[in-house]
Amino acid sequence: MEEKIVSMENIIKEFSGVRVLDNVNFNIYKGKIMALVGENGAGKSTLMKILTGVYLRTSGKVLFDGEPVDFNTTKESQDKGIAFIHQELNLVRDLSIGENIFLGREPVGPGGKIKWRKLFDDSREWLTKLGLDEDPRELVKNISVGKQQMIEIAKALSLDAQVIIMDEPTGALTMSETERLFEVVKELREAGHSIVYISHRLNEIFEICDHVTVLRDGTLVGEEPIEKLDEDRIIEMMVGRKLSEQYPRVDTEIGEVVLEVKGLTNRFVENVSFQLRKGEILGVAGLVGAGRTELARTIYGVYQPESGEILVNGSPVSIKSPKDALKNGIAYLSEDRKENGIVLGMDLVENVTLASLGNYVGKIGNIDKSKERESTDRYIKSMSIKAAGRNQLLQFLSGGNQQKVALAKNLDTNPGILLLDEPTRGVDVGAKKEIYELINKYKQEGMSILMVSSEIPEILGISDRVMIMHEGRVSGTIDIAEADQEKIMTYAVGKEVS
Amino acid sequence: MGKFSLKGRNWKQFLSDNKPVVVLLILIITMSFLSDRFLTWSNIITVLRQTSINAVIATGMTFAILIGGIDLSVGSVLAITGAIAASLVASGMNIILVIILTLLIGLVIGLLNGLLISKGRLQPFIATLGTMTLLRGLTLVYTQGRPISIFGSDTSAIFSKIGTGYFLGIPIPVYIMLVVFFISWYTLNHLKIGRYTYALGSNEEATMYSGIKTDNIKLFVYAVAGVLAALAGIIVTARLGSAQPTAGSGYELDAIAAVVIGGTSMAGGIGTIFGTAIGAIIIGILDNALNMLQVSSYYQDVAKGVVILIAVLLDRKQRKSR
Ligand SMILES: Nc1ncnc2c1ncn2[C@@H]1O[C@H](COP(=O)(O)OP(=O)(O)OP(=O)(O)O)[C@@H](O)[C@H]1O
Ligand SMILES: [Mg+2]
Repeated sequence: MEEKIVSMENIIKEFSGVRVLDNVNFNIYKGKIMALVGENGAGKSTLMKILTGVYLRTSGKVLFDGEPVDFNTTKESQDKGIAFIHQELNLVRDLSIGENIFLGREPVGPGGKIKWRKLFDDSREWLTKLGLDEDPRELVKNISVGKQQMIEIAKALSLDAQVIIMDEPTGALTMSETERLFEVVKELREAGHSIVYISHRLNEIFEICDHVTVLRDGTLVGEEPIEKLDEDRIIEMMVGRKLSEQYPRVDTEIGEVVLEVKGLTNRFVENVSFQLRKGEILGVAGLVGAGRTELARTIYGVYQPESGEILVNGSPVSIKSPKDALKNGIAYLSEDRKENGIVLGMDLVENVTLASLGNYVGKIGNIDKSKERESTDRYIKSMSIKAAGRNQLLQFLSGGNQQKVALAKNLDTNPGILLLDEPTRGVDVGAKKEIYELINKYKQEGMSILMVSSEIPEILGISDRVMIMHEGRVSGTIDIAEADQEKIMTYAVGKEVS
Repeated sequence: MGKFSLKGRNWKQFLSDNKPVVVLLILIITMSFLSDRFLTWSNIITVLRQTSINAVIATGMTFAILIGGIDLSVGSVLAITGAIAASLVASGMNIILVIILTLLIGLVIGLLNGLLISKGRLQPFIATLGTMTLLRGLTLVYTQGRPISIFGSDTSAIFSKIGTGYFLGIPIPVYIMLVVFFISWYTLNHLKIGRYTYALGSNEEATMYSGIKTDNIKLFVYAVAGVLAALAGIIVTARLGSAQPTAGSGYELDAIAAVVIGGTSMAGGIGTIFGTAIGAIIIGILDNALNMLQVSSYYQDVAKGVVILIAVLLDRKQRKSR
């Protein structure tokens, strides 16, 4: 029998009367990796926030090393040796990598003077351990989301905590970063640390976890050792039913060229040319830093091209801002929802219609609120968004549900061309499939979709063509019939195969 | 957005969602015990009339603070527009024209603030600190440091009615205040630009990504603050019958206090006109009460400061609860 380092018993949590966790038991074993899985909004993050003192539980007991504990702040749980890598990035963008890693724990000398040398040297050590060669003096805002995620991990590791909780750590990571992370996680387990691993990617769970706890709708479905489970079984436990075919491919007739990019060049991308046709999904693969997000954002008008041309329906367009892009029927789903995808302080309705508010204006210039409510309800239903109601603020939604709202906002602009940047980041298996089905439905209706994704199975699963980027250039384009993981990776690392 | 909502399930809920109302009620109840003149019709009218000027300015300030900005220049705008209005009235110009011109000047100054902040990328605090000083100086130059009387033409008396007149027993400035409240509330809650104001204050980048020209929203917001400060300038000048070169100095602080007491977050994105109205009335009652109780003016500031801090702390505590 394994030894428990943490055991949470009969945890109940209510937010203003709404129960989101109901009598949940959860264990973390010494020197083991516990997977925590469940659909979006099942209560995974909330359970971990209760453990670490971010939220106070309504009732229940938490034992740490057999002793009852009551953390009121994250500081208290950190001092006990629990580190929490949150699902959402919590870095200070205007500080350097090193300052972020040691924020609040800066090494100080006499007189309170910060020992910068030591701070940056130690930071570099942690970065190297995670396989990053960034300069710890670099500002966080200048590095990719994936790298930022690694910085969060470095920060948690540097606490040398006994228990490390990782809430969807690989969401923004590349394959090689993920592999490196897994090595580190395994080393940590060897060294006797305990880990909670939350992820929607079941293959990852099978790769590193020892036990699995499944939550559904705030209740415990069960805890099993990994040997007793397979992927289908976990999905069944999560969603309460069997799920068929994760990637529902539909073949539509692909029409004329809708978007054409010719020789697009700026400080992020170099001489990028491609065509996107009506009813087509063009998957864009590549390593993080390959310039995929930057390409999408240049087309969307966030960044300006230095040279090159963008043609929509055959005629050249000048896109200087997202506003221009939307006017030309181009919408963009951001890879970083918290930063620029959604407004956390606004509710579902206000978020869904933010980019399309012009369509909701009534006779005297007033916003037609009942029309807004109707469309929001439609998205809540068609995308099974889980929220207390359409007036819930986005900051209280689970990560995956926030992502769905961000997508709804884009769809509501009724775009002819949809640029998706990591569309299913943080979305559970069931909901992922729903999103694919939704994308397919819009594709069948003639929408053209460019989908940047770091999940190769997803790229292979629903694209019609795959374009691979490397260091700001297009290194290859493959028809889906000929595409496989290996080919994509070959192009992604920059080997020019022809 | 943490809006005040009047459709709360019951009174208890309403009050716990609207802490400033609680502060206001406590203030009113306490005062009605301390002075039997307090709850008389004539005193209520006085409080409302005195509140109206700060309320109009604070409404503009609400817009600025909602986008995470601030407008320190409102007091100086009040002074310069008041001075210009006074000399125009004295010159015999048509009153309607005077009002339109004065408001236009407020608009232009507001747009200038907006330009400095959006295109010029200045911090709102710095930009409006600059225009505040600049405009105060211009006022002193223009007035040569002396008050400008509005009297001397046929229309002077009509103009002064804006500040001193009554309609159905209620002072004209109170009507102006109510109209300003209504239009602003409607703008923030029912017009696109209002929605964008909240969005900009909550998350500027996401707003930009949603295809909204954030610079235009900033221009709009500071223009509103400028116009309303000019409107306050008209009321003050009409009420006093003259424009004082030092008029409105320090008014920005009362306006900010009203906004913040009303629950608007200095970080932007959260706040309501209803809250600002309550905040302005709290400040108005406080001034009135302290005078009525003959508290020395030194202690008045102490008392005012304490109430502001209590009101803000109450609100803060509620928001942090988890
Ligand atoms: N502060 C809060 N106030 C109100 N409701 C909340 C709050 N935090 C979370 N919830 C609700 O609790 C439920 C569980 O959310 P939680 O974030 O724990 O889900 P999750 O399992 O982590 O989902 P995901 O996989 O999408 O991240 C959701 O319905 C969410 O809306
Ligand atoms: Mg979560």
